[in-house]
Amino acid sequence: MEPARGMDFQVVVLAGGFSKSLVPLVSKEVPKALLPVANRPVLSYVLNLLEQNNVTDLIVVVEGETAALSASSWISKTYIDRLHVEVAAVPEDVGTAGALRAIDHRLTAKDILVVSGDLVCDVPPGAVAAAHRRHDAVVTALLCSAPVSGPSDSGSSGAKDKAKKPGRYNIIALDPTKQFLLHIAAGAEVEKDIRVQKSILRAVSQMEIRSDLMDAHMYAFKRSVLQDVLNQKETFQSLRRDVLPYLVRSQLRSELMSNGVQSDENGNSKDAMQNSKILPSQLLANESTPSFHELYALGPDGSASITRKTHKCCVYIANKSNYCARLNSIQAFSDINRDVVGVANHLSGYSFSAQNNIIHPSAVLGSKTTVGPQCVLGDGSQMGDKCSVKKSVIGRHCRIGSNVKVVSSVIMDHVTIGDGCSIQGSVICSNVQLQERVILKDCQVGAGFVVTAGSEYKAESLAKKERP
Amino acid sequence: MVAKKGGNRGGEDAEEELKREPLQAILLADSFATKFRPITLERPKVLLPLVNVPMIDYTLAWLESAGVEEVFVFCCAHSKQVMDYLKNSKWFAQPNFAVSTIESHNSISAGDALRLIYERHVISGDFILVTGDTVSNMPLTQALKEHKERRRKDNNAVMTIVIKQSKPSSITNQSRLGTEELFMAIDPDKKQLLYYEDKADDHKGTISLDKALLMDNASISLHNDKQDCYIDICSPEVLSLFTDNFDYQHLRRHFVKGLLLDDIMGYKIFTHEIHSSYAARIDNYRSYDTISKDIIQRWTYPLVPDVQFFGNCATKLERRGMYRASEVGLSRSAQIGPFTVIGNGTSIGSNTEISDSVVGEDCVIGSNVSIEGCYIWNNVTVEDGCKLKHAIVCDGVIMKSGAVLEPGAVLSFKVVVGQQFIVPAYSKVSLLQQPVKQDSDEELEYADNSSGIIGIPSISSIPEKLNDQFSTKLSDSQRRAGSEVGDGGVGFIWSLGEGGHEEEWRHSVAPIPADRLVEIIKTATDALEISNQDGNFLPPSGELEPDSVDNDSDEDARDDYSYFEKEVEATFLRAVHENVKEDHIILEVNSLRLSYNLTSTDCAGALFYSMMKLASDTPHDTPGELVKNVATVITKWKKLLKDYLTSIDEEIEVILKFEEMCLESTKEYTPLFVQVLHLLYNEDVIQEKSILDWASEKEEAEESDKLFLKQAEKFIQWLNEASEEED
Repeated sequence: MEPARGMDFQVVVLAGGFSKSLVPLVSKEVPKALLPVANRPVLSYVLNLLEQNNVTDLIVVVEGETAALSASSWISKTYIDRLHVEVAAVPEDVGTAGALRAIDHRLTAKDILVVSGDLVCDVPPGAVAAAHRRHDAVVTALLCSAPVSGPSDSGSSGAKDKAKKPGRYNIIALDPTKQFLLHIAAGAEVEKDIRVQKSILRAVSQMEIRSDLMDAHMYAFKRSVLQDVLNQKETFQSLRRDVLPYLVRSQLRSELMSNGVQSDENGNSKDAMQNSKILPSQLLANESTPSFHELYALGPDGSASITRKTHKCCVYIANKSNYCARLNSIQAFSDINRDVVGVANHLSGYSFSAQNNIIHPSAVLGSKTTVGPQCVLGDGSQMGDKCSVKKSVIGRHCRIGSNVKVVSSVIMDHVTIGDGCSIQGSVICSNVQLQERVILKDCQVGAGFVVTAGSEYKAESLAKKERP
Repeated sequence: MVAKKGGNRGGEDAEEELKREPLQAILLADSFATKFRPITLERPKVLLPLVNVPMIDYTLAWLESAGVEEVFVFCCAHSKQVMDYLKNSKWFAQPNFAVSTIESHNSISAGDALRLIYERHVISGDFILVTGDTVSNMPLTQALKEHKERRRKDNNAVMTIVIKQSKPSSITNQSRLGTEELFMAIDPDKKQLLYYEDKADDHKGTISLDKALLMDNASISLHNDKQDCYIDICSPEVLSLFTDNFDYQHLRRHFVKGLLLDDIMGYKIFTHEIHSSYAARIDNYRSYDTISKDIIQRWTYPLVPDVQFFGNCATKLERRGMYRASEVGLSRSAQIGPFTVIGNGTSIGSNTEISDSVVGEDCVIGSNVSIEGCYIWNNVTVEDGCKLKHAIVCDGVIMKSGAVLEPGAVLSFKVVVGQQFIVPAYSKVSLLQQPVKQDSDEELEYADNSSGIIGIPSISSIPEKLNDQFSTKLSDSQRRAGSEVGDGGVGFIWSLGEGGHEEEWRHSVAPIPADRLVEIIKTATDALEISNQDGNFLPPSGELEPDSVDNDSDEDARDDYSYFEKEVEATFLRAVHENVKEDHIILEVNSLRLSYNLTSTDCAGALFYSMMKLASDTPHDTPGELVKNVATVITKWKKLLKDYLTSIDEEIEVILKFEEMCLESTKEYTPLFVQVLHLLYNEDVIQEKSILDWASEKEEAEESDKLFLKQAEKFIQWLNEASEEED
């Protein structure tokens, strides 16, 4: 199957910019898109996924000029001769809807696949596109089960007592066939009551409300509809919070296609009246059973006495075995790094050794130093004697002393760690220096920071003061 | 079909349990509604014939076949008629099926009925609760087993209601059974009922589900396609719950919703869905029509006219769903259409056409009569040339030649329709005059459409009186009523209810006119449009315009709360002056809480407010005396207050409430804030932790809001130090 390209989809990757929720991991030099996951920028996971699915042309939208520059230079260096990528810079904080509005003129294909640049997943975008096309939907969203944070994995350590907070995921209502999206809200944003429209429930007669699914931020949009909504609703900022809920809410009372933009696309201009008349025969031709939208549009007893315009919002629910996570918080950063070298190591693109780890040939290990399974040690890094590394990712060209313990942590490039340090559940950014006998537990250390000898921190965020 | 091979041990236990206790049922032979008026002024609803058999016989026959061993028939309206009927029937003589009656003269709701039954102490275990207008053939074994299994695991699972898939159309409820549309939320795995809305309270376009429901259930099914069969399997607790909550009247609107909203007791209701069997309740004329047709079309097998399930007459099923009793005088030229039942001893004249109708016993139908979709009971005379369409004609009615019944007409007992008279659509004709509104003050209280009363003594005694005085009265009323139903006619045409035609067509036996159908669907759409319009401006999130909707409800809530507070205060003052026991106050406050749909935190706040108000209203000269008053009141009533202070939250609410009083209503307290706070602490009304939590909560407030925090600074510091010392 050759999904995306053959089907006239245009692919847009929204790579974000300098994300406040990820301070101190991100910095001017390292925008969110370039944060390392198993020593590779997170953006590479999306780009590789698209490449594997035969997408060659795509637009990457980055917020902020500097961030766009660094992303652009990395992409052109890495994907030269592989992908044809246009990098578009948009102002900061315009939101996802704003970002698309800014590149409106570049959107030309019939359908647009919008993917978040912080997505780490193995769900083929072609499947989403196919579901979208099958139902002639205005939007199709990829939904995933809550991320597999390795409970099946025997040795995985603690830090997962966050358990199940329903606030973290979306509240999603589906029809009984699990193909149509009837209601969506972010769990955290629902104050007390979930409000479900009776008219939609009446039309579909039964719906299922779930809180165990996550909106993966991969959407297929009908281009004309997307542009209409973005132009008409100028206040819409976010795809997830504004555009998608709007489309879902108005699906039985569509305000779209009123200006006939859509019919041009199909090559046959048909107005609303004709449209409703053609429907029954279309239904017979295209689908075995009409969806509730068509039945509703037809009115009671199939009499077209009332004509209604409807549009379809679909979902593609990823298989439970698929991995899917978004790097949108510090917790997620640690989780994804752990998973990509652990339960979801097929995503890493590395081939693991017999010990189920990756130690770059150029890395140097001292005597009695052990690197456990589910670890990565980048090229040029050196470790002293009697060190122990468990379930951690260590970047390139790090200098690590003796008697150092690293457990469930991420250490980026060019980090210096003195003798006798102990690092657990922490993230150490590039160029950080940890002097002797530093003890860190559940900390984040921003780029270039120096931790003085013998200090001990727990659950803290250490970073240099921002220079104005 | 009901193969129940108790494979595992649990199943066997359940069956053993089943055997030990006789299976009991409560049959409410009173619907506590007025939908079948004027017919029910003269005969109780359960005795009205449904395809020539009184409704109650269907219910009893089903209960017997389903393995119920003991039935308590609760009679209220026309109780004598019901009891007489049962006495003369064979029901009292069945082996293994004990039927006994419980009579009441003053019950006005299902709630009253259940409270009365509770007092009789006749129910020993799980029981079936149905009304006497239920037609069903469902087996109860599976539902009972599920109910008992759930009970064993969780004592709070008090009720299982039976539901059924209804036809998949958005207006099925209205078009088929004439009932309101029903929205339910059900846990798909545990089958627990989480939400129930049977009557669109206001025409809101949305259903609000508490987000907390999703904490316990990963997934919830919302249904608009289910029908409530009004067959409930209840635990004995249901009866005591009705007794505890004396304001519960309606089974669904009060009891079910009350339990769903009440998260304190944690009672749970479950659903049991039936698929292949039949269950429905005759709620109004429309469901009477639908269920009659279902019976004729044999969906209710074995409860069908040609099976003798109770003393009904031998009837033969002929071609095309036509049933004919053995002795029918049928003219050669009469045409009996499909799906028609003709009772014993009825004669039908020449060239008469009857289709989709039920004709009772000993009727005389003349020539050239056309009857379509009608229900004609016993001893009815229809003279030549009459035309009847979608009407109900009760016993003893005489239709003079050429009279016409337009769709939806109802002729009550012994009405005489004059020659050539046309009874207009949806009109109801009775020998009894329409009761004037003032006659039934009480009715107004529960007359919200479906739960009025028939049982008030003045009305229920009418038929008896009527029978006695009928001969003398008849000529009298004949003269007065004559003009209303044509020349030589007898009867009053009732004026239509408040809704007028608007409501009549919904519940009539006549099919819904096409234009109405369109209208219903339109309203469904309109509701959506209203809700969407505001949403278009700027939906701040995935939610529907929280602002525009919430504003109203917020104000309502505030209003509600102030009423609630006043009522609590009044209750409390009454308690103080009349020395009412604390338990009783708690009961009253709880019922107030339920009726205003508030939380126990609100109760704590309101009660505390009442107490402080009492203290400040007690005469005093100096602030010192005021503090003394407070001390007296608090010491006396702290037990009551403590009853509502179950957690830190409630205690903080008390402090916040006090702050509010100091700022707004009772400024006298302003300088005494710390003193009173200290007092509350010393009296153990408020724990140290609550005060500290309150303080830290306030820490983030605006400066102007910290007035009392500053006052209490030293006290808090002292508390802090004290706790540190303890550590």
